[in-house]
Amino acid sequence: MIDNLDMSLVDWSRAQFALTAMYHWIFVPLTLGLSFIIAIMETIYVRTGKEEWKTTTKFWMKLFGINFAIGVATGIILEFEFGTNWSNYSWFVGDIFGAPLAIEGIMAFFMETTFIAVMFFGWKKVSKKFHLISTWLVAIGSNLSAYWILVANAWMQQPVGVTFNPETARNEMTNFWDVALSPMAVNKFLHTISSSYVLAAIFVVGVSAWYIMKKRDLAFARKSIIVAAIFGFLTSVYTIFSGDGSARQVASAQPMKFAALEGLYKGQEGAGLIAFGFFSTSESDPENENLKDFTLKLEIPNVLSYMAFLDWDAFVPGVKDLIDGNKKHNILSAEEKIRRGKIAIAKLREFKEAKKSGNKELETTLKNEFTSDAFQKEYFRYFGYGYITNTDQLIPHVPLMFYSFHLMVALGGYFLLFFVYVLYLIIRKKAIEKRWFLRLAIWTIPLAYLASQAGWVVAEVGRQPWVIQDLMPTMAAVSRISTGAVQVTFWLFAVVFTTLLIAEVRIMVKQIGFGPKGKGGNK
Amino acid sequence: MLSVSYLMLQQYWWMIISLLGALLVFLMFVQGGQTLIYTLGKNDNERKMIVNSLGRKWELTFTTLVTFGGAFFASFPLFYSTSFGGAYWVWMAILFCFVIQAVSYEYRTKAGNFLGKRTFETFLFINGLGGTVLIGTAVGTFFNGAMFSVNEMNFSQWETPYGGLEAVLTFHNVALGLSVFFLSRVLGIMYLNNNINDEQIATRGKKQIIINGALFLVFFLFFLIKLILKDGYAYNPETGEVTMEAYKYLHNLLDMPVVLVLLLVGVVGVLWALYTAIMKESKTSIWYAGSGVVLVVFSLFLIAGLNNTAFYPSNADLQSSLTIQNASSSEFTLTTMSYVSIMVPFVFAYIWYVWKSMDGKKIDAEEMENDSHAY
Ligand code: HDD
Ligand code: HEM
Ligand code: HEM
Repeated sequence: MIDNLDMSLVDWSRAQFALTAMYHWIFVPLTLGLSFIIAIMETIYVRTGKEEWKTTTKFWMKLFGINFAIGVATGIILEFEFGTNWSNYSWFVGDIFGAPLAIEGIMAFFMETTFIAVMFFGWKKVSKKFHLISTWLVAIGSNLSAYWILVANAWMQQPVGVTFNPETARNEMTNFWDVALSPMAVNKFLHTISSSYVLAAIFVVGVSAWYIMKKRDLAFARKSIIVAAIFGFLTSVYTIFSGDGSARQVASAQPMKFAALEGLYKGQEGAGLIAFGFFSTSESDPENENLKDFTLKLEIPNVLSYMAFLDWDAFVPGVKDLIDGNKKHNILSAEEKIRRGKIAIAKLREFKEAKKSGNKELETTLKNEFTSDAFQKEYFRYFGYGYITNTDQLIPHVPLMFYSFHLMVALGGYFLLFFVYVLYLIIRKKAIEKRWFLRLAIWTIPLAYLASQAGWVVAEVGRQPWVIQDLMPTMAAVSRISTGAVQVTFWLFAVVFTTLLIAEVRIMVKQIGFGPKGKGGNK
Repeated sequence: MLSVSYLMLQQYWWMIISLLGALLVFLMFVQGGQTLIYTLGKNDNERKMIVNSLGRKWELTFTTLVTFGGAFFASFPLFYSTSFGGAYWVWMAILFCFVIQAVSYEYRTKAGNFLGKRTFETFLFINGLGGTVLIGTAVGTFFNGAMFSVNEMNFSQWETPYGGLEAVLTFHNVALGLSVFFLSRVLGIMYLNNNINDEQIATRGKKQIIINGALFLVFFLFFLIKLILKDGYAYNPETGEVTMEAYKYLHNLLDMPVVLVLLLVGVVGVLWALYTAIMKESKTSIWYAGSGVVLVVFSLFLIAGLNNTAFYPSNADLQSSLTIQNASSSEFTLTTMSYVSIMVPFVFAYIWYVWKSMDGKKIDAEEMENDSHAY
């Protein structure tokens, strides 16, 4: 099915998806977190009846609206890109994947859209209580939409709750709850939303710090900082826990990704965690340019084993074990998986031939063989490996993975300390006026975005070469269109999104300049 | 317990898709309105009212489009993969029209928007024109076929280098696109008349309803008559074989008299709305027009896919044509999603409730002065 495939088509399609997804992700985490912060602020307003809280709520709501619009603009592309650029994939997984997307539309997007109108335009039209409920529903709606899309994403990382149907040549859902509540999905959701709350809290603290630095709107800034710091502290603790949970999921479902993000080439019992390290330019394995040695590293013994399997002495397979195989630990070599994958593909072809030639008996036999438990477990599991021509393809980009992962984790630790310090200042009723601290708060904003994007790089680049773990390689997923077409749309997206991003940032900065008492800033 | 067959589920989901499509066309009054900002609004204040009136509804249309796509993906994934992956340029063009819309309301008058108010208004115009014409033309291919083939693994390929743009060479498709465009303008004016309290805008609107209404009728009647007279793509439910059948769509209407009645009632509804809007200067014509449009589009989708008709026919390889039976999700998935669809009436209910509370008072010049979030 992927005869005479053009690799540059795959690469451009990947680049386009990465570009659009990463643009979308610039705006989404702020939406996810800020909606809750606004809802909390409005709740305080309704409880206390104090006008300052209303002004505070309305100010953050304005920034929310600016960010939200561009989030929507970038989101619609992604949804349709599954069809336009990954059409084979869309068919292969449509039976599972479509459902979360449809549910997302029906459950979450309509909720958001409807109540966002009340939130923005309803101040004088509906009761205070109805308005407050609407604000909460916007927050819940946006987080629900995150849930469903992450269910879909988790399924790609760990396909569960399905059986392959040779008649239609696709995976068909056999258990909805296995898909919707898979530990991978739940964990992914919790980690993604909590990290987005952290990002939004950092945004609020940072912007408020700017007002304090400018010595204006002080009461407003302090109020915002208090709400955001408490919210940020709690959620950053949780982000670390859920991140740890994510790591465990990866270790069990995607050992190659796990090995890559740790830069672990040779498996070990009681493996150590590399707290930080730098890759050299020389190769540890002359045959594979991905496997660079460390020039410098700080290793904490046994921690990696514990992190992955909650056992200080557990065996953690490295990149080489996963390629060459490891008899002692029962790991098949890549060659063997490829062989089995080829058998699975050949069997499917045979079945299709029998069907075409009208040989009913052979058709039934082959179908039964194909769908038997034994064949599924021993062969079909490795279906995607049948397309792999060179075992090097099975190794994701190790340095990129390693650096992204360690950057994210290090920043996660820093954010926690940051919030602890802000809370300390608040509790001790210390002045927050220290300039170095205000500067730091402002500069922490881009770091939050960096951590968040790095997380997705780990998740998505680490999944390579699979679009669906072990079942479908990315190169088999792509639509058969011309590379030129994808190049054109890639650049169009790059130009359009960058232009819109510039507009967004400038509008945002202007609005912040006007401040909470500014006259809305409409010309 | 009622037992539901796989086929019934497929039909049920085709009806849901049809309903979403129908609602989408109605909600495109937003797009139509966007092409008339300068025609109906002669000064900044009037234009501001128009933009704000449309601006409180645009997301509803947008979300309906997104949900239409999502539901199509979920229930008929083979259509999704075949059409989107093949008619690449058509869908990309449609998407671009909607991307630029999404930011335009929010950014149009905000300080620092660096592209200027006019640019965002142009974006809205492009969205109104391109979005409607292209979607209409793309739907035309449900009746006239497209140039793809599907192999035994259900992987698809487009058979022309034009990525779906060749659809414009069939005038019947374009006629549908233009009908949707002029219809959306008529609906846009009717909506604005209902939502804004302003005599000037209403007067200009009446003139525009006459012009756009007439153009709509010309293109739409051409489309409808040709549709009834043309050959259609039938399939044999037993073998799956696709053949051409003379007067297929007429037969579908006659075989499913309920659909015929819906279609006729819908047409009457639209005509009545045009009559009241022009002759009686009615402010509520949007409701007749809206209901009529929903019925008409709904019945057109039904005759495209039900009664053993291939809803996405292939002209490159007739046997690759997609039907609700060969393109659908598995029985399990359709059943699961059918439970989810039970929530749809609930969604309608809260949308209706919210808009009733929000639109109780019409938009006027005074409100624009005092609204802190006015666009
Ligand atoms: C502010 C952002 C942020 C911060 C501080 C962290 N993360 Fe994270 N991380 C994300 C934002 C994020 C994310 C963007 O939300 C990702 C991308 C995909 C996903 O599921 O969540 C993610 C993914 C992700 C993955 C990959 C999941 C997969 O491949 O499916 C792992 C293993 C971790 N994280 C682990 C951690 C750990 C141990 C952290 C400790 C502090 C941490 N993250 C902090
Ligand atoms: C690659 C897969 C993704 C697709 C197909 C997708 C699709 C979309 C679409 C179509 C919209 C516009 C909805 C509207 O009409 O209002 C949207 C917005 C949104 N998406 Fe995504 N999205 C993806 C990734 C994500 C992820 C990973 C998250 C969260 C974890 C997310 C969360 C949101 C939220 C909260 C919104 C609404 C608010 C906003 O636009 O900022 N999306 N998305
Ligand atoms: C919004 C957050 C997301 C970001 C920032 C993101 C990032 C990326 C990146 C960087 C790639 C390129 C990987 C490579 O080719 O090496 C990619 C590919 C891809 N992602 Fe994501 N992703 C996000 C969410 C999702 C979600 C939620 C889904 C599915 C529901 C998804 C599905 C895909 C697909 C289908 C590809 C293309 C095939 C591939 O390269 O594997 N992504 N994404």
